[in-house]
This record gives sequence, C-alpha cells and structure tokens, in this order.
Amino acid sequence: MWALFVARNFEFIRDRAGFGWNILFPFLIVAGFGVIFSSDSSSEFKLGVFPVKQDPIVVNELKIPEKLKTYDHIKIVPFETHDEAMDKLLHHKIDILLENKGPKLRYWISDSSPKGYVLEKVVKESIIPEEMFVSRVIKQQIKGEQVRYIDWLFPGILGMNIMFSSLFGVGYVIVRYRRSGVLKRLKATPVTAFEYLTAQLVSRVVILLATSFLVWFGCDLFFSFQMQGSYFDAFVIFLAGTICLVSLGLIIACRGTNEELTNGAINFICWPMMFLSEVWFSIEGASPWVKSIAKALPLTHFLSAIRKIINDGATLSEVSSEMTILLVMSLVFLSIGSLLFSWTR
Amino acid sequence: MSSVSTIIEVRQLKKQYNGNTAVDGISLAIAKGSCFGLLGPNGAGKTTIVEMMENIIAQDSGDIFYKGGTRDKTFNQEVGIQFQHTELLAFLTVEETLRTFAAFYHNHLPVEDIIALCMLENIKKSLNNKISGGQRQRLLLGLALLNDPELIFLDEPSTGLDPQARKHIWEIIHDMNKKGRTIILTTHYMEEAETLCDTIAIMDKGRIIEQGSPENLVDKHCKDMGDPRNLESVFLKLTGKRLRE
Repeated sequence: MWALFVARNFEFIRDRAGFGWNILFPFLIVAGFGVIFSSDSSSEFKLGVFPVKQDPIVVNELKIPEKLKTYDHIKIVPFETHDEAMDKLLHHKIDILLENKGPKLRYWISDSSPKGYVLEKVVKESIIPEEMFVSRVIKQQIKGEQVRYIDWLFPGILGMNIMFSSLFGVGYVIVRYRRSGVLKRLKATPVTAFEYLTAQLVSRVVILLATSFLVWFGCDLFFSFQMQGSYFDAFVIFLAGTICLVSLGLIIACRGTNEELTNGAINFICWPMMFLSEVWFSIEGASPWVKSIAKALPLTHFLSAIRKIINDGATLSEVSSEMTILLVMSLVFLSIGSLLFSWTR
Repeated sequence: MSSVSTIIEVRQLKKQYNGNTAVDGISLAIAKGSCFGLLGPNGAGKTTIVEMMENIIAQDSGDIFYKGGTRDKTFNQEVGIQFQHTELLAFLTVEETLRTFAAFYHNHLPVEDIIALCMLENIKKSLNNKISGGQRQRLLLGLALLNDPELIFLDEPSTGLDPQARKHIWEIIHDMNKKGRTIILTTHYMEEAETLCDTIAIMDKGRIIEQGSPENLVDKHCKDMGDPRNLESVFLKLTGKRLRE
C-alpha cells in the first residue's frame, strides 16, 4: 500500500501542469476576487447621467439630487447623448438613467432590471431631505469585526478546489488507468482492491491538504484573512471534507472505461455543488426544495462547517452535526465505491 | 484432479461476450516446466482463455486448477504476467516502476538483476512516458519476471520489436524455461512458437483445433503439401488463408 501511495504522489507531483494548476487555480480565483472587491469597480449600482460634456466628469457640477452624489456603492457614468445612454440601459450596462437637467428629475429604467427597480427607490429617496428620517429610523451598528466577502468566499474557493481535485484527480484518473490497462496490470499482482483504493484515497487526501495549506498560506500573505476559530479545528474539518469528497470520487471511479462519460458525470456532480453548496453566494433566499437538494450535497456541509470555524469562531462541538454528516457520507461513498469497484470493467 | 506434473489445467472453459462465443468449452493441461504456445488468428479466443487462466476475467462456466487445486492468494505471488496492451504510470521512472511492483511481492528478484536481464540500464532513470515501444516491452517483461514466477504468461511478448530485440526476448524466455519455469505464450510469430515452445495448441473460433509438439504438428500436416514444412504451413492449413477481422 505504501508503494502505491508513494507512486501516486510521484505521479501527481511530477505532472507539472496538473500540479501547478492545482496550486495556481484557487490562488488566481482568490486574487481575482480580491482585486475586484478592493477597487472602485465594486460599486454595485451604475447610474447613468446625460448629457454630460466634461471628461473627466465633475460630479459636483451635475444637476442631480445632491444626496445621490454622496452615496457609496453607486457609480455615476456620464453619457454625451440620450441615444448612447439608452443603448447602455437597454443592455443592462447601467441600472438607471437620469437627465442632467434640473430642477425636475427625469429618469428611465428597464422594467426587467431588479437593480433598476431598487435604484429607482434610492433615486426617489434622494430628493427627500435627510432630516425627515431623523426621528423615524434608528440605525444600529454591527459590533465586532465584520466578515469581509473575501473572508467568506475563501473557504468556498478552497472547498471547490478540493471538490474538483477529488473528483477529477481520483474519479477521472482511475477511469483513465482502467481504460489504458494500468489497473489490469495491477490486478495481476497480489495488490488487493482495498489496498489500491486506500492508497489512492490517502494519497489524494494528503496532497489536497498540503496544497490547500500552500494556497491558504500564499493567499493569506496578500489578503490577511480573518481567522476566528482554531487552526486545528479547521484542519479537522478540512480532513473530514476532503475524505468525503475523495470518497465520492471513488464512486465515480468504481466502474467504466469511457473518459468522456466520466468527464460528463463529474461535471454533472460538480456544477450543482458549486452553486447549491454556497461556494460563491448564499442560497438563503432560495426555495425550500433547492435548500433540500443542497443539504444532500457533501460540499454544503463541508463549507458550512469550515465557514463557521473560520468566519464565526465555532468549535468542533458546534459543527458536530456537519462533521457527523460528512463522516456518514464518507462511509456510504466508500462502501459503494469498494463494492462496485472493478479493475477492468 | 490434475496430476502433480501439471501446473495449470482448465476443463470445459466457456466465455461469451454479448452473446458471441469467445471460448467454447476448452480443456487443456499444461505440464510444469513446459513452454506452451497458443496460436490462432485474430479473434480466435487466445487472449480470453489466457486472461481466464490469469484470473483477470471470470469464466462463464468450467473449472481452472492451479497445482491441482483452486487458485488462492498465493497464485498472484507465484505467477508473472505480461499483457498484450498495458500502459504504466506515466510519471514514474523505469527503475521506480520495478521497485513499486517489487514491493507487492513477498519474494522478488533484486531489481538490479531484472534491469540487467532486460537490458534496461540505459533507461532506468527515464520516465515511462519517454521510453520507446521496444523498451516498454522489455520493461513489461521485467515486471512479469520480477517475482521469479513459477508460471509465466506472455501475451504476444515480442510484437512490435525489431529483430535484435526479439532475439533478446527469446533468449530471456528460453533461459527462464531452462530454469524450470513454465511459460504460456501467445504469439502471431510462427518462428517464435517453433523456436521456444515444446507444445503448441492452435485455436480457432474459441476451440482448440490441434495440439502437439511443433515437430509432430509439422509431420502430421505437411506430408503431401507443396508448401514449406513449417508451422506456418500447418497454421494456414488448419485455420485457412482467408483474412480475419
């Protein structure tokens, strides 16, 4: 088993393209999001104004409500002509269009744009003096350190990388070995299926934990992630989640010699997990049936637990339900994968 | 039950693939220390019967006895197999591949001896995906001999090799046989079978249609023929000259 473990590790590390991509891919994603969310382009709403001749734009000279000029998360985009601006509005490049001509406010929105709908309310609110709100609303500040989007996203990126690497690195690779006769050659030796699968699982888990640590360390140098919980607890969850996802890869790997079909099957599993397991965004407002599907996916429980530890400072006992689900899923996946495993078919 | 001098025996072996019969009730016994050759046109069922004996695929019906009993865990420790088509782990070197496989066996020959025997010195540090077809065949033979097996299965071991490499492979096989190892060989090269094998079975359409020593087969089937007195003439006479798929 040790010989197979070492051989598989050599295979992974010497395949420079694959190895490099496993390190580089999550780093690039995190770096990309870091840049996007730390620059001005993070403004969520785009407000077009026409006609505006100046370039660059002098916001204070625009004849639009003064409050609008002061809002965060609204980017003012100038246009020289109405036609040019309308074209952008029709194609959802801007969310609302205002005429640069006081005192009466004229605006255009696209009825099919949710952002336009919200921004319309903001524009209307901007003509109401701030004093009107003083006695009617009470703003409460969030206490403590707020979770940045990058801090929330980062565990998702690591989880997604582990998912892809588990399913392609185990599922796809074993199917390729079966097609090319590598497994058949191993079957002709005293190696048992249990020994082979265990070596594959352990090798992939060790490699993924090591690469995840490298990616975390590298990204942390640039983004200084906030770690609220314990690193040991995070390691335990990463271990449980990785074992679970690699075990899922073993189910993919248990039969078949068609690489294209395997590729499709892996994508069929990966894409729903990527969206429903909250890698990129929360599904808090989604339909109950969508949430039910999400709960059946191992990545959902993996990311839920790891985010609770990293973002909220939870302990292992506080994520025990997620850990239990991951362990049960691992056992089920391993059992199915082992029972159905074939060296040649 | 088979006799003690028989190392492997099959009785009434049958195998079908999608309703097509690949092996149709074959029985044969292979004597310990012999070099047994299986000849036949493409699709005759040679590889199928050999892979059933190797325990790679299961038979639909029939029995296989190894040393007079069923094949147990010791079988894979005691046999060496070279398949017709096999890839190896691409990013291991030749030497690492041999050492990895050596670790699977309780007893194995020194890896250095196999490297020398199969003339792999010059490429032992090369990755498997960088070696030529002939070098790969020599490595595959080395893997088959690594555990100093009592029974060696060689499925077309010299296919694709140049004449020098083929002669070298023949010498290794001949030496192994002289040391008392039993060899089961499938080949399309009649000269190879004639040179190495003491018993030959000719297969066609899943059945053994003739069996005997090369000399006896030639004597039996080349009496009145104008064709040369050799195994190829016997083969063509028994299996026909029509091109097979």
